[in-house]
Amino acid sequence: MSIQVKNLTHIYSPGLPYESVALDDVSFNIEDGQFVGVIGHTGSGKSTMIQHLNGLLKPTEGSIIVDGIDLTGEGVSMIDIRKRVGLVFQYPEYQLFEETVAKDIAFGPKNLGLDEEEINRRVREAMDLVRLDYDKFAEKSPFDLSGGQKRRVAIAGVIAMKPEVLILDEPTAGLDPKAHRDVLEMIVDIHRREKNVTVFVSHNMNDVARLCDKVLVMNGGKCVLQGTPKEVFAEADMLRSMGLDLPDVTQMLYELKQKGVEMPDGVFDIDEAEKLILDYIRGGKSVD
Amino acid sequence: MIRDITLGQYYPGDSVIHRLDPRIKIIGTLIYIIALFVINKFVGFAAAVICLAAIIKVSKVPLKFMLRGLKPIFFIIIFTFVLNLFMVSGEVVAEIWIFDITREGIYQATFMAIRLILLIIGSSLLTLTTKPINLTDGIEHLLKPFSKIGLPSHELAMMMTIALRFIPTLLEETDKIMKAQQARGADFESGNIFHRAKQLIPILVPLFISAFRIAQDMAMAMEARCYNGGDKRTRMTSMKYKKADAVAGILIAAFMAMSIAVRVFL
Repeated sequence: MSIQVKNLTHIYSPGLPYESVALDDVSFNIEDGQFVGVIGHTGSGKSTMIQHLNGLLKPTEGSIIVDGIDLTGEGVSMIDIRKRVGLVFQYPEYQLFEETVAKDIAFGPKNLGLDEEEINRRVREAMDLVRLDYDKFAEKSPFDLSGGQKRRVAIAGVIAMKPEVLILDEPTAGLDPKAHRDVLEMIVDIHRREKNVTVFVSHNMNDVARLCDKVLVMNGGKCVLQGTPKEVFAEADMLRSMGLDLPDVTQMLYELKQKGVEMPDGVFDIDEAEKLILDYIRGGKSVD
Repeated sequence: MIRDITLGQYYPGDSVIHRLDPRIKIIGTLIYIIALFVINKFVGFAAAVICLAAIIKVSKVPLKFMLRGLKPIFFIIIFTFVLNLFMVSGEVVAEIWIFDITREGIYQATFMAIRLILLIIGSSLLTLTTKPINLTDGIEHLLKPFSKIGLPSHELAMMMTIALRFIPTLLEETDKIMKAQQARGADFESGNIFHRAKQLIPILVPLFISAFRIAQDMAMAMEARCYNGGDKRTRMTSMKYKKADAVAGILIAAFMAMSIAVRVFL
């Protein structure tokens, strides 16, 4: 499963006085099995971009090819695309509506036209993947759960469709540190077990640096930078000029460099940084 | 598709019409509506069309935008047209099955259709050229005299402001929820009427929950800033009539006089 986006442009309300260009000539490739991070300032076009990947938005120009199928082509079955590309929106808990957790998770599989047995199997499996105990939660109302639990139910609702590509728009927004850690761990775990492509939109650079194979940087509707986390976070000045942070470790090394300590760019791993600093000190030079 | 709704939409601009005092625009629209019902001859409508065209030209709102407002009520216009066509008795000019079409019927049907179209374009001009917030300010001012007889004019205006303020928010919310459910394979575009009605549940339940949540947050935020309604509230910008408003007033009065003259003398 691979995704190719070519020269994607999207204009909201074309022809009206409040027309706005949300995406401007965006191109990138995602390979099978990759964990891709998307970063960018609010309003940079991240959300618009990911909504194109499962056909919720139609491009004004350009093409999106998912596993060889051009989404802009005629006669493409949208239900088939949405089965393959699962999208978890920001604050997905606001889309819950059923009486019980199990029924809510079953909504997606049911829309795919699966039989009862298969739906039940998938609900159990999805709840297991998001680490909710089936016996304890299946018959509860989703509205009685805590914020973090609701979010897991919502994510389970998409996972139960067994998408080959899982897109998550800021899946940890508004969660407390523990729930944040749990949800991230869960996503990595799902990625490993399902061997899917994961697209992860986030404002947390530490998470992006640690988890992703590839990072896309959006700014003003353009994809201005893409590469491995190391390549992307090496462009410290450029990221900062766009109002983006660096991972904590990269930030520290960046500040050391500003003070005249020679350090390589784009390092975000704490052990690697430790080694660099120790080497530096053992090299006999002192820090101002 | 949810973005196509233009009800009460504002078209940003800086024309003379946009800058007019909202009070004069509200009263003007009311008088215009009354005048349309006073007019009882086609020649009167011809004058109204010319006046309306002139105002639209001055307001710089594209005609396309105006006509878009007609789309949702197109059915009603056709319905009244057909109803009038068949229901008015008089000199028969054609027969279809058991229905008679009369000369008077054709006249009446055309007349009503024109009146309806003029009515809608005229009143949509008000919302297209007036910011919702100014509109409610204007309404509050105009209702103020009635507060002496117990009409809660401030509360009414505040309710309208909040309602208008939340139309885009709720539309956006609906859009978001629809997309989220579509991402889970929901299909709102096909199937028969029962299937479609059932497909609304996954939208309506979250939407209602959101609406209550937003309302609660809003009430809390207002209370936290000591809002308690009432007459003693002052406002940041006070409305003042200007020269252009006086001219507009005179023109509206002239239009009304013309309508009465058409009815009485022609």
